[in-house]
Amino acid sequence: MKKLFIVAPLALCASVAMADELQAKVEDMMLKSFQANGIATLERQKQDEVQKACSSPTPPDADTMKRLEAAEMATIKWPADGHYIDGDWKEGQKIALSGRGLTWTDKTPDNNGGGCYNCHAMDPKEVSAGTIGVSLEGYGKTRGNSEEVIKYTWGKLWNSKAYNACSDMPRNGFGGILTEVQIRHVMAYLFDPASPVNQ
Amino acid sequence: MRKQFKAVALSLALAFAAPAFAQDELNFDAYREMLADGNPAELYEMEGEELWRTARGPKNATLEQCDLGLGAGVVPGAAAQLPRHFADTDRVQDLESRLMYCMETLQGIPSEQIIKGKFLKDERAKLAALVAYVVTHSNGEKIAIDLSHPKMKEMYALGEKAFYYRTGAMDFACSSCHSQDGKRIRATQLPNITKPEGAAAGWGSWPAYRVSNSQFWTMQHRLWDCFRQQRTAEPIFASDVTIALSVFMAGKGNGAEAVWPGVKR
Ligand code: HEC
Ligand code: HEC
Repeated sequence: MKKLFIVAPLALCASVAMADELQAKVEDMMLKSFQANGIATLERQKQDEVQKACSSPTPPDADTMKRLEAAEMATIKWPADGHYIDGDWKEGQKIALSGRGLTWTDKTPDNNGGGCYNCHAMDPKEVSAGTIGVSLEGYGKTRGNSEEVIKYTWGKLWNSKAYNACSDMPRNGFGGILTEVQIRHVMAYLFDPASPVNQ
Repeated sequence: MRKQFKAVALSLALAFAAPAFAQDELNFDAYREMLADGNPAELYEMEGEELWRTARGPKNATLEQCDLGLGAGVVPGAAAQLPRHFADTDRVQDLESRLMYCMETLQGIPSEQIIKGKFLKDERAKLAALVAYVVTHSNGEKIAIDLSHPKMKEMYALGEKAFYYRTGAMDFACSSCHSQDGKRIRATQLPNITKPEGAAAGWGSWPAYRVSNSQFWTMQHRLWDCFRQQRTAEPIFASDVTIALSVFMAGKGNGAEAVWPGVKR
């Protein structure tokens, strides 16, 4: 009986220590197994808080999620002039279709694609649409253009992690994937009644 | 024979080069069947067999004494049991790193040449041909890697962690694209590698001949390209992360039949 009392906490300590050791080893490996190439530097191998918290099959607890989401929310840059959706949907379409940019074979960090079609259906006529994200077909038509919906969508595009810390969707604005102007075009693609998304 | 392969490869390359991805994928099973009794990877396999038997390198030796885990020179069934822990190096090695080791120790070809090289070029291309030769002799075998050695266990654990490790410009991990059933990127089906069937589908069908670009890609090459899509820095050839992920996928896929070399879009 006595022995059990002593052994149990020790075993627990040992397994926690082993998990820490494994974590340290994987962090080391994720750095040392890589080399910088072009714009893809070793900085990319270091995790920020959200990436670290969301690197296991199970998401963190609800409180941690909330705390992380609040921090991400604070990074969102809202359009100063209040113009959310007056971009050009045709430009937005190009950005949504293009999955290029930010690999070690890309040169310019500017005209990246948003890769939306990698994960989402948008224009119902486009058959080559991924399914990792939800379908966005008819987005503006079905959700309307209330201030709430528009602000939420802008926020989601700027920093998806503000609404789900472990979202699989990239942080387009925060991560420098898309510029503010590009996000405005994508917003138009989602909301403009003339956009194929809403046909 | 050679000519016929080229013609098939070319017409497929043209068919697949079309921008409408979707149809490509949908019709792909038909192409796969068409190719079933004439896998263009055979050319690489033949080249690899010749390389295995040809005296090369500063030491002017063949690879016929290379131990891929089943004894010196034993090729049949060897790939199905890789990666494994090798006592002589006290390291876990996959097929590619093991062949690289043999090329260095037996033939005197410095590993650095391959590690610093480029895919499809020079010694790394020769290594790929050798891979084609070796895996062909495990085609239809069951994946059977031995995870009992502590270093294999550790590699598996590291591979699993690496699989879920989010990093890079788009916050992706392997799991972002490969941890759910029946998902697609554009029109391309993604295996769910967190399940044995998906892991086996991925591990057991590479290396593969890619009809879209008429190239033969090894698993190192496949992983390198997934990391590129993941927007990380560039993985070093045969580095620990590539071995760890390989052990993870092969270990999860254990027991399933390998189709080597594969044919892919
Ligand atoms: C790697 C996959 C991925 C990419 C790329 C991606 N998304 Fe998403 N997106 C998701 C997922 C998954 C969700 C589901 C919610 C969540 O977990 O964040 C989502 C949610 C959304 C939502 C919210 C939908 C709702 O019903 O509330 C919008 C809007 C959206 N994405 C737009 C876009 C646009 C526009 C792009 C391109 C600039 C894009 N996404 C790129 C994966 C992706
Ligand atoms: C951004 C999405 C994405 C990420 C992240 C990603 N992959 Fe992939 N992976 C793909 C796509 C798309 C394919 C299919 C490629 C093709 O058919 O050309 C693929 C194919 C594969 C295959 C071959 C599957 C088969 O059945 O042919 C394996 C194995 C694989 N990936 C492993 C990984 C590993 C391991 C990682 C992490 C290092 C990873 N992937 C990260 C998108 C991704």
